Amino acid sequence: MEDPPRRPGELSFRGRVRLFLGGAAVLGALLLWGLAGLPDYRSFTPLYGQLVNKDAISERSTTAVVTAVNFDYRGFDTLGEEFILFAAVLVLALLLRRLADERRGPLADSPRRVHTTSALVRLTALGLVGPTVLLAVYITAHGHLTPGGGFQGGVIAATALLLVFLGSDYEHVQRLRPKPLVETAKAGGALAFVLIGLAGLIVSGAFLENFLPLGHPGDLVSAGTIPLLSLAVGIEVSGGFVLLLSDFLTQLLVLHRKPDR
Amino acid sequence: MSFLPYLVAVWICLVGLWGIVTSRHLMHSIVCLSVVQSSTYVLLLAVGYRRDSAAPVFVDIPFGTPAVDPVVQALTLTDVVVGGAVTALLLAIAVQIEKHLETLDPDELDPLRD
Repeated sequence: MEDPPRRPGELSFRGRVRLFLGGAAVLGALLLWGLAGLPDYRSFTPLYGQLVNKDAISERSTTAVVTAVNFDYRGFDTLGEEFILFAAVLVLALLLRRLADERRGPLADSPRRVHTTSALVRLTALGLVGPTVLLAVYITAHGHLTPGGGFQGGVIAATALLLVFLGSDYEHVQRLRPKPLVETAKAGGALAFVLIGLAGLIVSGAFLENFLPLGHPGDLVSAGTIPLLSLAVGIEVSGGFVLLLSDFLTQLLVLHRKPDR
Repeated sequence: MSFLPYLVAVWICLVGLWGIVTSRHLMHSIVCLSVVQSSTYVLLLAVGYRRDSAAPVFVDIPFGTPAVDPVVQALTLTDVVVGGAVTALLLAIAVQIEKHLETLDPDELDPLRD
């Protein structure tokens, strides 16, 4: 590969590669040395995981143990995870705001031209919206029974809106986007998670402790607070991802620079 | 070979770092960072694997069947979510860099340019 022009004192491309190869050899050797100390992965049985596998059904009426770990045993970590996503979407909206030298306008005079969508793509996209929403509801509602839960379901729900954008003109549809509703959903989901946790503190004596009847394992309505927390996360994640996706689309299709700066 | 999953994780990590170091485009760097992060998925899932075990979902299998570790799987889910948040933020920063400096080549980004 050719070298681009350098500023004085800057490392050349070849020098950078040599520096990396040296560092990577050391890092790789250290990683392998550390990982060699781990027990054989096929027979290693971490006690905590096996205990959770043994107790999740009798203690929490949850057949999907990963969901039980996420929303009950380690629910507090999920609270942090949820707020990482919340903060990330918030900062993203701040980064992708309309700048002083930009204006909203039609696509025609934009330097970035986007190909028009064919009728077949539009039809397929719009036809997929319904099944996608149904799948999102199913994945979220069955999180405590089969693999799934609020994070997965929320992202799928947000892609349903992306399909609407794909099957129509974004410039027109984005005006219909209920932005206050989406923002309320995002914040409300995060708030609901905290409120359910506080209810556990008041009723059962510990934050995020279960306080609802557990029901029969395998039933749709069972596992106490786990489906509720999953639903709260699902609402927050879908709201957050709708904001995230539409902010990027707005950058591409709606905002452009004023002609004379 | 019982060490193979760990070798794969180390290889994915290093090959992603190689991509970041030799990158000529910020979008490419961001994808490479996602590759580095995916090495942790392989590592976590390999640590939790157990021979002759089922997935930790006791719907179709009787309760008490040996199952792989659910805790590392939950950690991997957290990892994926945080990875998505990081990628989205970096992409937003790349959009703004392109707008202000009209380039996405990291070699042309001068830290002293105003």
